[in-house]
Amino acid sequence: MGVKRGAGRLGAAMFAPALLYIVALVGVPLVLAFLYSVGDVKVGSVGYRFVGLDNFISVLQSPTFRGALLHSFLFTVGAQLIVIICANILALALVDRFRGRGLVRFFILLPWVAPISLGAIGWKWILDSIYSVINWALVQLHLVKQFEAPMWLGEPTLAMLSVIMVHAWRMLPFSTVILLAGLTAIPKDIPEAAAVDGAGFWRTHFQITIPMMTPIINVAVLFGVIFTFTDMTVVYILTRGGPYNTTQVLPSLAFFTGILGGDLAEGAAISVFLVPILVVIAWLMLRLAHRAEVV
Amino acid sequence: MAVVETKDLTKVFTPGERGAVNDVNLLTREGEFMVFLGPSGSGKTTLLRMIAGLEDPTAGEILIGGQVVTHLPPRDRGIAMVFQSYALYPHLSVYKNITFPLRAQGVPKEEHRGKVEWAAGLLGIGELLKRKPRELSGGERQRVALARAIVREPTVFLLDEPLSNLDAKLRASAREELTQFHERVGTTTIYVTHDQIEAMAMGDRIVVLHEGFVRQVGSPREVYDDPADTFVATFLGSPPMNLVDHGDVLVGFRPEHLLPRPLVEGPAVEIGVRVTGIEYLGSERIVYALIDRDRFAEQKVVAKLPATYEVGVADGEAVEFAVAERNLRFFDKTSEKRADSRALVWG
Amino acid sequence: MIGLKGARRRRLPFQIYRWTALSVFSVLLAFPFVWMAITSFKQTSDLYNLNNNPFLFNERPTLEHLKLLFEETLFPRWFLNTAFAGAMVVLITLLLAVPAAYALARLTGRWGERLGIAIFLTYLIPPTLLFIPMSRVVSELGLQDSLWSIIVVYPTFTVPFSIWLLMAFFKSIPRELEDAAMVDGLTRFQAFVKLVIPISFSGILTVVIFTFTLVTQEFVYALTFISSASNQTIGVGVPIYLVRGDVYYWGSLMAACLIASLPIAVFYNLFLDRFIAGFTVGAVK
Repeated sequence: MGVKRGAGRLGAAMFAPALLYIVALVGVPLVLAFLYSVGDVKVGSVGYRFVGLDNFISVLQSPTFRGALLHSFLFTVGAQLIVIICANILALALVDRFRGRGLVRFFILLPWVAPISLGAIGWKWILDSIYSVINWALVQLHLVKQFEAPMWLGEPTLAMLSVIMVHAWRMLPFSTVILLAGLTAIPKDIPEAAAVDGAGFWRTHFQITIPMMTPIINVAVLFGVIFTFTDMTVVYILTRGGPYNTTQVLPSLAFFTGILGGDLAEGAAISVFLVPILVVIAWLMLRLAHRAEVV
Repeated sequence: MAVVETKDLTKVFTPGERGAVNDVNLLTREGEFMVFLGPSGSGKTTLLRMIAGLEDPTAGEILIGGQVVTHLPPRDRGIAMVFQSYALYPHLSVYKNITFPLRAQGVPKEEHRGKVEWAAGLLGIGELLKRKPRELSGGERQRVALARAIVREPTVFLLDEPLSNLDAKLRASAREELTQFHERVGTTTIYVTHDQIEAMAMGDRIVVLHEGFVRQVGSPREVYDDPADTFVATFLGSPPMNLVDHGDVLVGFRPEHLLPRPLVEGPAVEIGVRVTGIEYLGSERIVYALIDRDRFAEQKVVAKLPATYEVGVADGEAVEFAVAERNLRFFDKTSEKRADSRALVWG
Repeated sequence: MIGLKGARRRRLPFQIYRWTALSVFSVLLAFPFVWMAITSFKQTSDLYNLNNNPFLFNERPTLEHLKLLFEETLFPRWFLNTAFAGAMVVLITLLLAVPAAYALARLTGRWGERLGIAIFLTYLIPPTLLFIPMSRVVSELGLQDSLWSIIVVYPTFTVPFSIWLLMAFFKSIPRELEDAAMVDGLTRFQAFVKLVIPISFSGILTVVIFTFTLVTQEFVYALTFISSASNQTIGVGVPIYLVRGDVYYWGSLMAACLIASLPIAVFYNLFLDRFIAGFTVGAVK
């Protein structure tokens, strides 16, 4: 038995269990998701009838769905915009070693490392309609009157703003740490060369460091978009999509329609609208990975 | 102890491309120290790894001690190997590293202590047994790797550039140690290196490899003095052999043989040159020059003058050099193989 | 890495920038947890009095909420459920991912590399795309409303990421070590078990921590598959089932959030750098 051929067979044997598992529990449900979206499956129904694009047409005609689609984009773009700007600021502040850095890092990481459902419920208390600590502070500062204080989760615009802010709060540590990894990986001699060439700290940062970090910023944004676009935890806990579906996003709408409403087919059709974005992101990631390998 | 033999051994990594090793036929002698020498990409490491059983040959056979081992896994070949990085197991102490092969092969536990003491004593590392590899110096690591290799008394030793991770000073003493070690244990050894000094200093015989082909097999003196082709001629020696174009042949002579006319005795060929550069290296001077007359005009040559020759040579100066006829080597221009000596028709 | 010396060379404007940014963001990011702590120990009457300064203890601090949480709610049960599910998912993940990662890193050559990327892409398929058909799969398996439903399903995201992390880890082990072990008398598989796994201890530990924290953080699948409160995990039990109808017991709720978050956060924090390295493979050298 040759070494290489033996290795190939052993490799297949060692890889097979994981592959079978993934095919069975990711591959099969993924195919089912598409099948459901073009069928007439309800909870408890037995048969399957192909209905073509009926489910898609039906959801597209629903104003709730069109709203959710728009909110999903707003939610994703808004949260990611805030995250990437703040992450750049934070990463730069954290890059050097200094006394207390470990502790500061721990505080800053809390939102990401603690379970998001628990963090969100914390925010629900902070944004409470009556006992909100934010409103108390606003009243004390005489910015608003006690009984005119904002209903953070009760008014459409404010509610959207709130879920965006809470999700940004959640994702900021993740992006910061990724950027930090990129920042520390830049060879020290390049900024030093720029300094010798007479560039000041900020010029070096904006004209040398940030351009060099583009690939890593892309990584942070791509993962951030995926984790935001497909998330329903923040919306589910803070607003359940309300008031009047004004914070409903695609994943939460799919949950309400497919799981709570029992209309598996329409729920699946809504979920399938996540796919184009995921495909684009996956494609961008592959390009990024490929470029990194070539370099 | 055993001899290693390869028959038409070939390794092709990518079908359709030139093989990494091509039709190699070798036979070591009992207890010999054989060196595979070649530049990177010459196939020397692939050849060694096939002998070890770490690569499958595409074609050909390998015999160790007269037995065909071509398709046996490494563990069944009775070999031991020392790797370029030494490959010490980082999580195990030196003692456990040395007993690893014993445990792997099911040697009874009560024999371990004695065998480790024997191996450690042979290499003078008795003090280090409790340490972890990361706490050892480069030289100590090499000795531990050797101890791990001999502890189960292999029939053949394979060494893959074991000195390349040592600094230059340590390398000379490690070379000496390896040679002594080989003399003591007397096991057939195959040693891979790209360093010609190591090859010359340690090898009983040197196998010169280039692009997967064996170019020459011979003692250090043979490959240096009687290179089989222009590759061997120019790969060995620093600076390499001068090759001067002469019709259908190339004429070769070593820089140390290109000397000022008065130093050359016996029948000699005179070569007038114009000096274009001089490097002073302490024990010698390297003189770069262009031949400045006859049909060789404008061809580059290099001469190595010993420090004992104290006459000044200046840049730009025309000097009369010569090479003794017995030091001339001839190569066929198309095949680049060695050709018969002949009288040089000058001018 | 720019060392302490580099830090000392920084000029004053940068120092001001740094400490402003750090204090503002630390407060913003850590505030909800501070707020959980304060709320946990306040008497209910203090919490609901709008005239009180919410940052101060206007009445005596109390352990009432904690008592309620541990004695009259399912919180301890959820804690055990989470620990059990976590342990099982870790076990399944290791059994599947460790050999698979080694196979991709060492044994399968060029198509292994492509498979590795494909595996990683499956990590990008979100629960919110799969949960509807997955609920069918779970009920076909007869696991609806059982803790085992999530034990079976969670490895769908822990296995791909673990394979990816471990693959990078195994690739960083010099091949010569395994060659040496094979020359020394082991088979390839023995070399994997006796040499590669012990050497990879820290990488495997990273996967254990990572998997466990993901189990504690997951929300969507547990919410979808498990309908009885007593079978829930902490991540869903606390925000959904601690609320009775429309009544939020904020004191107990915040105490539960804090108690569940902190240990997870501490562990995760210790291994975060390795975890992040999984995302940045390729983009950072």
